[in-house]
Amino acid sequence: MIDVAVARRVGGFDLKVAFRNGDGITALFGRSGAGKSLTIGLIAGLDRPDHGHVVLDGRVLVDTDSHIFLPAYRRRIGLVFQDSHLFPHLGVRQNLLFGRWFAPRRAAAVGFDAVVETLGIGDLLGRAPAKLSGGERQRVAIGRALLSSPQLLLMDEPLAALDVARRLEILPLIERLRDEFKIPIVYVSHDIEEVSRLASRVVVLERGQVAAIGDPADVLPSALSDDARTDRASVLAMRVGKRDETYGLTELIHPAGTIWLAGAQGDEGAKRHVVIKATDVTLSLAPPQGLSIQGALKGRLAEIEALGPLAVAHIALDGDGTLLAMTTRRALDRLGLGLGLGLGQPIFALVKTAALDERLVGGA
Amino acid sequence: MHDFLGPDDWTAVFLSLRIAVVALLGSLPFGILAAYALARWHFPGKTLVTALIYLPLVLPPVVTGYLLLIGFGRRGLFGQALADLGIVLSFRWTGAALACAIMGFPLMVRAMRLSFEAIDPNLEQAASSLGANPVFRFLLVSLPLALPGIVVGATLSFARALGEFGATITFVSNIPGETQTIPTLIYTYTQEPGGDERALHLTLVSLVIAAVAIIASEIIQARGEKRLARG
Repeated sequence: MIDVAVARRVGGFDLKVAFRNGDGITALFGRSGAGKSLTIGLIAGLDRPDHGHVVLDGRVLVDTDSHIFLPAYRRRIGLVFQDSHLFPHLGVRQNLLFGRWFAPRRAAAVGFDAVVETLGIGDLLGRAPAKLSGGERQRVAIGRALLSSPQLLLMDEPLAALDVARRLEILPLIERLRDEFKIPIVYVSHDIEEVSRLASRVVVLERGQVAAIGDPADVLPSALSDDARTDRASVLAMRVGKRDETYGLTELIHPAGTIWLAGAQGDEGAKRHVVIKATDVTLSLAPPQGLSIQGALKGRLAEIEALGPLAVAHIALDGDGTLLAMTTRRALDRLGLGLGLGLGQPIFALVKTAALDERLVGGA
Repeated sequence: MHDFLGPDDWTAVFLSLRIAVVALLGSLPFGILAAYALARWHFPGKTLVTALIYLPLVLPPVVTGYLLLIGFGRRGLFGQALADLGIVLSFRWTGAALACAIMGFPLMVRAMRLSFEAIDPNLEQAASSLGANPVFRFLLVSLPLALPGIVVGATLSFARALGEFGATITFVSNIPGETQTIPTLIYTYTQEPGGDERALHLTLVSLVIAAVAIIASEIIQARGEKRLARG
C-alpha cells in the first residue's frame, strides 16, 4: 500500500495531496493543471516535496521530517508515461529486460514469458522500437515497467496519445495486469471513461487539492459537474444480469431499472460502472412504449440546471445514484417540468444504449 | 628520381599519428565527462569551467604553448613535480601529445555536449525508474545515445592534433625523431632552399589522412543516427 501526504509549491501553484491506495487500481483523476503529474513526480522520486512523506509497503521513500529521500532508482516504482520512452538504441527484448538487471534478486520476480504472453508482444521481441506502432510501443513500455518487479506501478495518462481503437485494445490488458500480477497500480487520467472502467478507487484532484476520495460511482459524478456541457455524464453502479444469446445482449441491472447492452459484459452478478452521457438520455413522464430505446430507469426530478437554451435535469434514481439528462429548456417547459414546477415528479429516463461503447463500462 | 617520402618524412608521419592517437585516447574520458557535466549538471562556477575549457579555441596557439611551457617545463609549476616522478613532458613527444590534447579539447567537448543535450531527459528518467543508478544510467543510456556526437568530437580532436603547430613548436620545439610532426616538418622544409617538393609531398599525405578521418567519422555517424532514428 502506498501512503502519500505531500505538499509542494511550484511557482504560484500549491499542491497539497494526501491519499492511500486500495487494492487494484487507484485512479488520480482531474483535469489538466490539477496537479496530477506533479503528484506522480513526488511519488516516483523525480521531485522532492517541501513537506510530507511517501511510504510504500512500510518502506519510507521520502520523509521531510526525518530528512529521508530515496532517489528514483531505489524506489522500485514502475513508471509508464503517455509516450512510451523506449530506449531507441536497444531492441524490444533488451528494453523489456532493462529493469531486470537492477531488480533485487529476492524480489518476487515477474515472469518474462507471462508478461510477454499477457501483453501479446511475443512477435515484437526482435524488433527495434522505431519499427513499432504507437499501441505496440505502449504495450512494450508497460511490459518493461512490469519486468522491473516494481512494488507499485504508476501509469501517467498511458493511453492519452493513442487513438480510440488502440485504447480499446490496451484497456483490457491493463485489467489483466491488475488481476494476474497483483501489482497495485496508481493510474493518472483525466478521462472519465478510462477511470470508471479501471479504478476501484478514485482520488479526485482539483487545483492541487484532493476534492474527493472514494468509489468511482460516488465520486465521479460530482467531479464531472463543472465540466463543459458536452462532457456532462453520470456514472452508475450496476450489476451484470442475464445474457440474451440470440441478440448478443447483456442485461445491466440497477434498482431503478434495467438496460440492455451489446456484447458480453462479464459474469452474472459482477459489479460494473457505466458512464452515461447526458446527451444520450431522454426524459419521459410515462413508462416508454413503442420506442427503439431499450432501457428505462425510474426516478424523480431533483434539480434543473439551465445552460442557455439547454438544461441539465438531475434525476435521483430509485435506489441510488443520480442520472443527468441534457435537453432543451423548451422541451422541459412543454412537459410541464420547467421553472422548478416538476421537482419531485416521478420520471422515466430513457438511455440510448447503442451510445454506450465498451469503454464506458468498467469492472470494479 | 627519389622516393615520394624520405626516411625523415616517414618518421614524422608515424610520430604525428602516434601523438594524435595518444592525445585522443588520453583526452577522450575527460572530454566525455566534461561534456556530460556541462550538458546535465548544474554547479557553481559552471560558466568559469566552460570558459576555461573553451579557452584554447580562442587563444593564440603560441600562447597556449607558452603557458604549457611555464606549467609543465622542467622548472614549471607541475613540471617539477612530474619530473620527480620521472615524467618529463617538455621537448618530448609526450609533451606534444599533451599540447595536442589541450588544443583539441574544446572541439571535442563542444560536439559531445550538444549530443548529450539532445538526449530526451525522459529516457534517463525511465532508466532511473527501472532501477539503474546514475553510473549504469550513464553507461547504458546516455553514452550510447550520445555516440554519434562522441565520434564527431573524437574525429575533430584527432584532426586538430594532426594539424597542431603553434602550441607544439612552442612547448616541445621541433626535434627530428622526437617532436617533429608533419606540420613542423613542412615548416622546416619551407625554410630550406629546395625543400618545396618535400613540403608538397607531406602536404598531400596530410590531406589524405585528414580526409580519411573525416569520411570515416561521417560513415560511423550516419550509421549511428540511422540506428537511433525513431519511427
